[in-house]
Amino acid sequence: MTSQDTFDRLVARFPGFELEYVEGKDPAVLVKAENLVALAQYLRDDEECDYCSSITGVDYPEHFEVVYHLYSMKNEGGPVILKVRAERENPHVPSVTSIWRGANWQEREVWDLMGIRFDGHPDLRRVLLWEGYQGHPLRKDFPGPQDEYTFS
Amino acid sequence: MTKLKTETVTLNMGPHHPSTHGVFRLILTLDGETIVDVEPVVGYLHRNHEKIGEKNNWIQNTPFTDRLDYISPMNNEFAYVLAVEKLAEIDPPERAKYIRIIMVELNRIANHLIAIGFLLNELGCFFTPMFYALRWREMIVDLYEMTCGSRMMPNYFWIGGVSADLPEGFLPECKELVSALPGFLDEMEQLITENEILQMRCKNVAILPPEVATAFGCTGPLLRASGVPYDVRRAEPYSIYDRFDFDIPIGTVGDVYDRYLVRIAEARQSVRIVDQALRDLPGGETATPKKRKFTPPVGDIYHRTEAPKGELGFYLVSDGTENPYRYRIRAPSFVNLQALPYMCRGHKIADVVVVIGSIDITMGEVDR
Repeated sequence: MTSQDTFDRLVARFPGFELEYVEGKDPAVLVKAENLVALAQYLRDDEECDYCSSITGVDYPEHFEVVYHLYSMKNEGGPVILKVRAERENPHVPSVTSIWRGANWQEREVWDLMGIRFDGHPDLRRVLLWEGYQGHPLRKDFPGPQDEYTFS
Repeated sequence: MTKLKTETVTLNMGPHHPSTHGVFRLILTLDGETIVDVEPVVGYLHRNHEKIGEKNNWIQNTPFTDRLDYISPMNNEFAYVLAVEKLAEIDPPERAKYIRIIMVELNRIANHLIAIGFLLNELGCFFTPMFYALRWREMIVDLYEMTCGSRMMPNYFWIGGVSADLPEGFLPECKELVSALPGFLDEMEQLITENEILQMRCKNVAILPPEVATAFGCTGPLLRASGVPYDVRRAEPYSIYDRFDFDIPIGTVGDVYDRYLVRIAEARQSVRIVDQALRDLPGGETATPKKRKFTPPVGDIYHRTEAPKGELGFYLVSDGTENPYRYRIRAPSFVNLQALPYMCRGHKIADVVVVIGSIDITMGEVDR
């Protein structure tokens, strides 16, 4: 859970970014796509979030969302959760590979299965599915087997 | 004498290979026998686990997670069940918590035994250390069969407890195993650790500096061998790990030899935890009352655990129905594998197999 004072520090540091605090079991910071890299750079350098644990893509009805879970190995700190929204048509989000090297394959996986492009990624190709595969399976509108086969 | 003009060779270590720990393809760019670059190609075991997880309901996903890292299935179930319990705010009974810790730590020992056995297998020491290790893994797996009927896909944990209480013969046999394991680990160490060939092939091979390991997001024994003392059981204690007394072994150099030593040391610490859990095991029931339909509240959660291979996390999004809206697995082997090209550059072909063995991957987890 991103603590309230982490959020307050971020808002104080970046007043123009329009950050939102998303309530819930795991509170998160909603950040706009164009501000993501600057915020991530600050988090890695000044807040010591040197470990990007997980990058997940979620397919909501109105938009796509990419969720970043960041931790600190140095001071074993709790998570800072970032959420970035992207539009349904041609979704793209800036890549954080230049900040955390470990984001490379995780972003490739999100591109592969969900279809969200990462601008600035050094090598955005499919990682789990074979090259030349059409479609992005984890999307909700991807045709499932019940749409393809009819049994009589 | 003019210098010879040479070219690099591209070699395919295809998905069918006895030493790549499953269906895993490597495209090596070689200059003679020295590696210039390694490109891992994964996805040969991709089963679209996450999409099927959305079709299953919350309860059906528990045995489905067994298939991820099939060497340590108890850990996968544990991580999933803990995430769901965190989302739905269910607290299992005390006896169930202790039984879970016993099962999970025994699985850690079994996993490290397999990792060490197979690492030595790849070094060319065919089968003797592997059979030594597997002989003891058999005893752990016999305990699993006694409890839940299955050796490898236990389907044992429930959301809210465990599915069955420990059978009658379990406690004496487990105590006997736990008291014998340190002696066996001593025997393995005596035979292997000071071995000259192991030391020549593993020392100073594939050194991973701590900052690079952190930047790559590596976790587990791979990270701890590089000297970073980060263990999720200590950093963000979950379940009842804060009640147990155990150390976090770390390495100094970050080479293959250190990873081997860290795994043996971690197995010893797991024996300590199982010992304490058996001593403190309370009575009582083993599960909260189950409902036929399980619908957690709306929201999302990320819960991570220390699986034997690294940090295993589940990101679950619930929309209040019986099926998960998003079911995502943060697999440690997938993220750890990114460090492979960095570690292999400059070494010889024969070292690639050793490095893969030292990272300890399972393709079921990498590909899902």
